[in-house]
Amino acid sequence: MNLTLKIWRQKGPQEKGKLVDYKVNDISEHMSFLEMMDVLNEQLINTEEEPVAFDHDCREGICGMCSMYINGEAHGPDKGITTCQLHMRSFKDGDTIYIEPFRAAAFPVIKDLVVDRTSFDRIQQSGGFISVNTSGNTQDANALPISKHAADEAMDAATCIGCGACVATCKNSSAMLFVGAKVSQYALLPQGKVEAADRVMNMVHQMDIEGFGNCTNTGACEIECPKGISLENIARMNREYLKASLKG
Amino acid sequence: MSVLDSKVPEGPIKDKWTTYKDNINLVNPANKRNIDIIVVGTGLAGGSAAATLAEQGYNVKAFCYQDSPRRAHSIAAQGGINAAKNYMGDGDSNYRLFYDTVKGGDYRSREANVHRLAEVSGNIIDQCVAQGVPFARDYGGLLDNRSFGGVLVSRTFYAKGQTGQQLLLGAYSAMNRQIARGKIEMFNRHEMLDVVKVDGKARGIIARNLISGEIERHSAHAVVIATGGYGNVYFLSTNAMGSNATAAWKIHKKGAYFANPCYTQIHPTCIPRSGDYQSKLTLMSESLRNDGRIWVPANIEDSKAIQQGKLKPTEIAEENRDYYLERKYPAFGNLVPRDVASRAAKELCDAGYGVNATGEAVYLDFAAAIERYGNEQAKIHGHHNPSKEKITALGEGVIEEKYGNLFQMYEKIAAENPYKTPMMIYPATHYTMGGVWVDYNLMTTVPGLYCIGEANFSDHGANRLGASALMQGLADGYFVLPYTIGDYLSDDIRTGKIATDTPEFDAVEKEVTDRINFFVNNKGTKSVDHFHKRLGKVMWDKVGMARNEKGLKEAMAEIKAIREEFWKEVKVPGDANEMNPELEKAGRVADFLELGELFAKDALDRNESCGGHYREESVVKEGEQKGEALRNDKDYAYVSAWEYKGEPSDAILHKEELEFKDIELKQRSYK
Repeated sequence: MNLTLKIWRQKGPQEKGKLVDYKVNDISEHMSFLEMMDVLNEQLINTEEEPVAFDHDCREGICGMCSMYINGEAHGPDKGITTCQLHMRSFKDGDTIYIEPFRAAAFPVIKDLVVDRTSFDRIQQSGGFISVNTSGNTQDANALPISKHAADEAMDAATCIGCGACVATCKNSSAMLFVGAKVSQYALLPQGKVEAADRVMNMVHQMDIEGFGNCTNTGACEIECPKGISLENIARMNREYLKASLKG
Repeated sequence: MSVLDSKVPEGPIKDKWTTYKDNINLVNPANKRNIDIIVVGTGLAGGSAAATLAEQGYNVKAFCYQDSPRRAHSIAAQGGINAAKNYMGDGDSNYRLFYDTVKGGDYRSREANVHRLAEVSGNIIDQCVAQGVPFARDYGGLLDNRSFGGVLVSRTFYAKGQTGQQLLLGAYSAMNRQIARGKIEMFNRHEMLDVVKVDGKARGIIARNLISGEIERHSAHAVVIATGGYGNVYFLSTNAMGSNATAAWKIHKKGAYFANPCYTQIHPTCIPRSGDYQSKLTLMSESLRNDGRIWVPANIEDSKAIQQGKLKPTEIAEENRDYYLERKYPAFGNLVPRDVASRAAKELCDAGYGVNATGEAVYLDFAAAIERYGNEQAKIHGHHNPSKEKITALGEGVIEEKYGNLFQMYEKIAAENPYKTPMMIYPATHYTMGGVWVDYNLMTTVPGLYCIGEANFSDHGANRLGASALMQGLADGYFVLPYTIGDYLSDDIRTGKIATDTPEFDAVEKEVTDRINFFVNNKGTKSVDHFHKRLGKVMWDKVGMARNEKGLKEAMAEIKAIREEFWKEVKVPGDANEMNPELEKAGRVADFLELGELFAKDALDRNESCGGHYREESVVKEGEQKGEALRNDKDYAYVSAWEYKGEPSDAILHKEELEFKDIELKQRSYK
């Protein structure tokens, strides 16, 4: 298939960016979206132009490095996948595809389609852990039975890959789904309960400092999340936050 | 005579690690505050090491090329992590885990290291659970285990099909705690480009800030390399796009010996290549072989018709299918080890029996399992005379419960429904058992320079068992290196801060900047990927699943020629002082072009078949085992550690003889 691409080009964080048109021809429907981008870049290199910078690494939907806002959707048109798992069979010959970076005040553009998501790291550093030493002197793993239900629910929350699609999708650029998932994972497990109050207060505080917006319950994050993280996690975080605030 | 000293402690194997820990030098907590350690790579090994060293009180600087330490490729591991907990009461023990690992590695690993690995395995699970890793549990609330290939017990802990992700996020959370305390200084989007030695000891690195292009000097009292394997030397592999051997190769060129580069694991169950544009291959967990039957058409005409799209696999009658693993290996059938399954697929595809448009694929068929499970379910639920459709629906339900996420992943990539038509699979490079040579302390041949995780060579011999990579990464990082490095650093308590404005740093920084400037100014005619793909093709064709003397000699010459052309014709657009992914790739491919040649040289030297390394000259000549791999313990029971001497072909071989005091060496048989 032959396609027209309108790609966001931006030389650096301080420079002005703009959409630039490119044509790619003979694209196979079996290619992944990023392989199509590889074809474009090879073409640009051969015509003495600078290739498009984009983040990607594992190319199997788990590392969370790839981003891209494709035709107005984080990770493109299909549901439950990351950009690297999107295949060209989702498009047709003659299509025009808009490719932009994930946009949010807390995700400044570094170059072209690459954004800075270290704000996510800083939120995790503010409390996204259980304070246990890595000495190996912990109790036996089976000394503390955990109900299968709680373990499974914690696992569902823990599958977040930290890609930032929720933020890019949200009209408020809210990070509540991301933070809610981490708060929930630990709130659901007995190991995490000891520090639960401090954790939720600190993580929410850091989220605000980073400039993420508030949640207004539109639910777009849940729909665009490649891992299907549930909105329930936001509700749980709010409960945890309220509980912690009342305790003072 | 070898100059290698493995420094394995004396005494019975069961006591070595304990005795060692009792007798090493320690650094007191006040002195740890005056000691800096650099950790490069933040996967399971690097992440867990950085967290633990920081917690002990050292000042840690951690580096990763990704935008966050959470994205290291350990995250992609699916199946699980082994530990000798014996929670299932099936007779597991440290000794059994040790034995299985040495046997699985085809008797080419160092016994003492493997036993230590088994000893600390249980502790890893305790640690991870304490950190909040949500392992699978049974209804009683206790941890669940499953079984993996090559062993007779259930010792694999798992978190759905995302065990690597959950363990890495555990290590990442431990790192975050130390970053928040200021004990780890984290350098995201930084790539180590060389190591700096002062008076023969590793004392720092030169790194490039991948956002600004700035070249930075970082000093420390010790440097730890945890940068993973070199599978991307094949261009196509299950590794991440950025996975590279640069750190490992650079330290090799600065004096660290490189061991057993030819030991590579080619995993049998990956989604096949669909065209020349392919950028990477995706692994499907080998657990699928528990229920899937592997076959190709028995008649080559049928294969041809399938390749041309004129015939569908479901149209081929049962008697016209060749279930070749069941035919050749009746005892193990579809569950033969990874290397055996991979080679069998390649042989048939090379002979023209492959399917898919490329002819490079075999079928993995679940129809029989669906029918079997369907009948079973029908009985359980009391359906009398169920229709064929009913049985299929019930059977598909069972398969979905077991492998749902894998089937979905396959469908997304291949656009075929694997419940209705057989999956297509083909082997792909997955893991490299070889790596930087280390002693029992995990120190390389350069003092103060350590290497952990997949990047080193020590624990998996010539072949790694499933669910053992995660175990080794975390064992090295959480429980081994933090002890062994203290013994070395106890000499450094009075050293003080290492200066970076020295001739040693000047010289290495110049080497690094010269090379970068060369790339951006070369203005050649061909892209980096062009050369990487050509290297990958030579590696796959001649240094892949089956190797012979003629092919390996050709490969060495061809790789050298590609390398020479690369340095003349490579084209790197953009500047050095900005984010420049092509420049990053150029440096990595330049190193792969050297490593690939040493890889072939090592494969040429080792004229025996062992584990993932199969030499066509070393096979059983007659009898029931005819054509099977033949190990040669008399001549090759050693670790090949290569010393850099300029051109890869000039590398000098040092042998570490392997002694097996606790295990009897046996030839593998899966017939």
